[in-house]
Amino acid sequence: MTAAPAQRPVAPYQPTAGPGKYGFLQLLHAEWTKFRTVRGWPVGMLVAILVMTGIAAFVAAGGAQSSCQAAGGGPTRHGGGCGPNVNLGPGGEPVTDNFYFARQPLDGNGSLTVRVTSLTGLLPPAGQSFAKPTRPGLMPWSKAGIIIKSNLSVGSAYAAMMVTGGNGVRMQWNFTGDTAGLPGAVSAASPRWLRLTRDGDTITGYDSADGAHWVTVGTVRLAGLPSTVQAGLFAASPNLPPRAVNIAGVPQGGEGQWTAAFGAFDHLSRTGGWLSGTWAGGYLGGDDNALQYGIGAVHQAGGRLTVSGTGDLAPSIPGQDTGGGPAPATVTLGLIGTFLGLIAVAVVAALFMTAEYRRGLIRTTLAASPRRGRVVTAKALVAGAVAFVAGLLGAVGAIAVTTSIEHSRGAQLFPTPWPAELRIIVGTAALTAVVAVLTVAVAVMTRRGVAAVTIAIAAIVVPYFLAAVVILPVGVADLLMRVTPAAAFAVQQAVPRYAQVTAYYAPVDGFYPLAPWAGLAVLCGWALAALAGAVYLLRRRDA
Amino acid sequence: MSLAAVSAISGMPDTLHAEWTKLRTLASTFWLLAGTVVVTVALGVAAVAAASCAPGSCAAAQTGADLAKLSLTGVQAGQAVVAVIGVLAISEEYGTGMIRVTLAATPRRLSVLAAKAALAGGLVLAAGAAGVIASLLAGRLILPGHGFTAANGYPPLSVGYGPDLRAACGSVLYLALVALLALGIATAVRESAVAIGLVLGLLYLWPVIVSVIGNPTWHRHLEQASPMTAGLYVQATVGLRALPLSPWQGLGVTALWATSALLLGAALLHLRDQGSSP
Repeated sequence: MTAAPAQRPVAPYQPTAGPGKYGFLQLLHAEWTKFRTVRGWPVGMLVAILVMTGIAAFVAAGGAQSSCQAAGGGPTRHGGGCGPNVNLGPGGEPVTDNFYFARQPLDGNGSLTVRVTSLTGLLPPAGQSFAKPTRPGLMPWSKAGIIIKSNLSVGSAYAAMMVTGGNGVRMQWNFTGDTAGLPGAVSAASPRWLRLTRDGDTITGYDSADGAHWVTVGTVRLAGLPSTVQAGLFAASPNLPPRAVNIAGVPQGGEGQWTAAFGAFDHLSRTGGWLSGTWAGGYLGGDDNALQYGIGAVHQAGGRLTVSGTGDLAPSIPGQDTGGGPAPATVTLGLIGTFLGLIAVAVVAALFMTAEYRRGLIRTTLAASPRRGRVVTAKALVAGAVAFVAGLLGAVGAIAVTTSIEHSRGAQLFPTPWPAELRIIVGTAALTAVVAVLTVAVAVMTRRGVAAVTIAIAAIVVPYFLAAVVILPVGVADLLMRVTPAAAFAVQQAVPRYAQVTAYYAPVDGFYPLAPWAGLAVLCGWALAALAGAVYLLRRRDA
Repeated sequence: MSLAAVSAISGMPDTLHAEWTKLRTLASTFWLLAGTVVVTVALGVAAVAAASCAPGSCAAAQTGADLAKLSLTGVQAGQAVVAVIGVLAISEEYGTGMIRVTLAATPRRLSVLAAKAALAGGLVLAAGAAGVIASLLAGRLILPGHGFTAANGYPPLSVGYGPDLRAACGSVLYLALVALLALGIATAVRESAVAIGLVLGLLYLWPVIVSVIGNPTWHRHLEQASPMTAGLYVQATVGLRALPLSPWQGLGVTALWATSALLLGAALLHLRDQGSSP
């Protein structure tokens, strides 16, 4: 009887035994139990949430760029003060709508045709901010042409045909619309003919090189166009980019460097219900300071008209003054604390893995679950899931705090459409989760916490630091934000960059070279590669 | 081991010798020191190689370029490796439990910390000097080819020129101070992963967060207090008037941080029971 158990055949231990006993869910549960029972780890994740929210409060309270950009002195476009202005276009997006407009009312249908013989411009003196533009030169998006605008209020609907400093003939409408017409620069030898026709609320733009052969550039419908609209000639020239490209690692230029454009027109002809014969000129928003500089006028002599102006008709760029006064920053600014949160998450994720090695627990873990690849996967999943929640709460907290502080002091944030805001929040959570997975994988490979944390920080934080704070040459910075795991911060980009606005699209203002999800995909690629390396090494190595 | 042999470790030279033996027999020490030099020089070379100025507007007055600072850009990445050296100098002992043996052999705990600080600082000084000299040499060789010539108003980089010498020596000292800061923090928190997270966060995130603070007064004060931003003022050779602190004052801020961290670490090392692991 006593010997009987010894005689019983013993089933050999099978690592691949049924999923019933060592199923993946049990593995996940085991890892989750490890995570939640080491006090420091949930605390570390809590710290990540708190620092993300706390930094947002600090940045907002510290007078973030959104609040008082023009405080440095110098002329502002609309009489100073330090409230950045937000004007919304027909599509609901913030716009710059500040240009010199020589107009007459047009009732009902009609058309306007003109020949442009020259477009010249003035730039500010080299190396000077807030100076009267005196140096001949054009911006790529200096523009002059003809326009039909719904009314004289800022942000109202419009469609325009124009010649530009460096982008040929364009048809633009409602600030974000932009279609190319004839290429090349305009001159007396090579003039451009422009025509706009109105039929109800449909506007069609044509261009021609000789006034005989016309080509349709575009047809747009301006919803709700009133019977009487304002139509005429315009000129505008955007500011020099507020922080021009650095030379030799030194940021160049200042804020608010005005430029001017001068358009010369002749062969003006009109059909339809034009109500008056004289041109009324002025800046849409009343840009008195530009008038003090003598920029902004319409002159008629014989059949020739010249129109000068500064400013722009274009989407606003957050944190910058492209020609209509400074625009506030987006909510992305409040998410700068994500970096600090990521360091906390990386430390926890690294310890979550390396503690196994430190205490020899890895031997128990691998004995209980001999399929090593699944162990790493389960650990990465648990770390990633917890980090996702931490990132989600941190992002929501940061955005809520930023919004409420800015509103409580009467400042405005650059409006972000809700789908973009949702993408920023979920994207930040995903970013946090993938960083945790990456760190776990690196920790398996290095088996040392300090190495894993250093590599994670070197991969995530240092590229951003080098690109945004050290101010490397733009090409290098761009490359860093494309190929390193830091590319994932693109998910926090609030507004798109516009081809028709020259601005300093820098990471610090929330602009990244890759599309939001493409940037996150780069990080996912790194994480997957690290996981593959981790599984390979863990299988090969004697634990 | 005889009692005499044990008591022989009580003097400072012996403590130094013991710590030196531990440090030099670790393979990672050599690789980390080599890594400091390589990372510093690599980023420095990349920065000077990428520097350019438009023909016709290369004059020093127009670009405002600071060639010494530009050549020493690599210090900003090399310091991460230095921080690892500083952390590992003590937390290796906590990780393995070696600290109990060390403190049993050398009961005067502050002597242990002082010996570690001297050795880590000294090694980083040597590696830092190599990295800084090579970086400046690269700048001196590469930059004139990119339009930054003496004719355009840029004196060639030379340690015989006062401001360049200050930038070079200051950068080496800065790296050593980062090692001491890391050692102090690692002594205080004991867990190496947490320590390196704290040190690198302190160094890199401070300037990242300051970069979005718009209030000029806050911005200035935060830059003055930043261990990294202020410390690297020592690299500036032009536009010193625009700096919130003078170059040596800036390095003094980093020294203050390092001293405070070491004092905190020393206090906790002195007071705490080392029998339990973190």
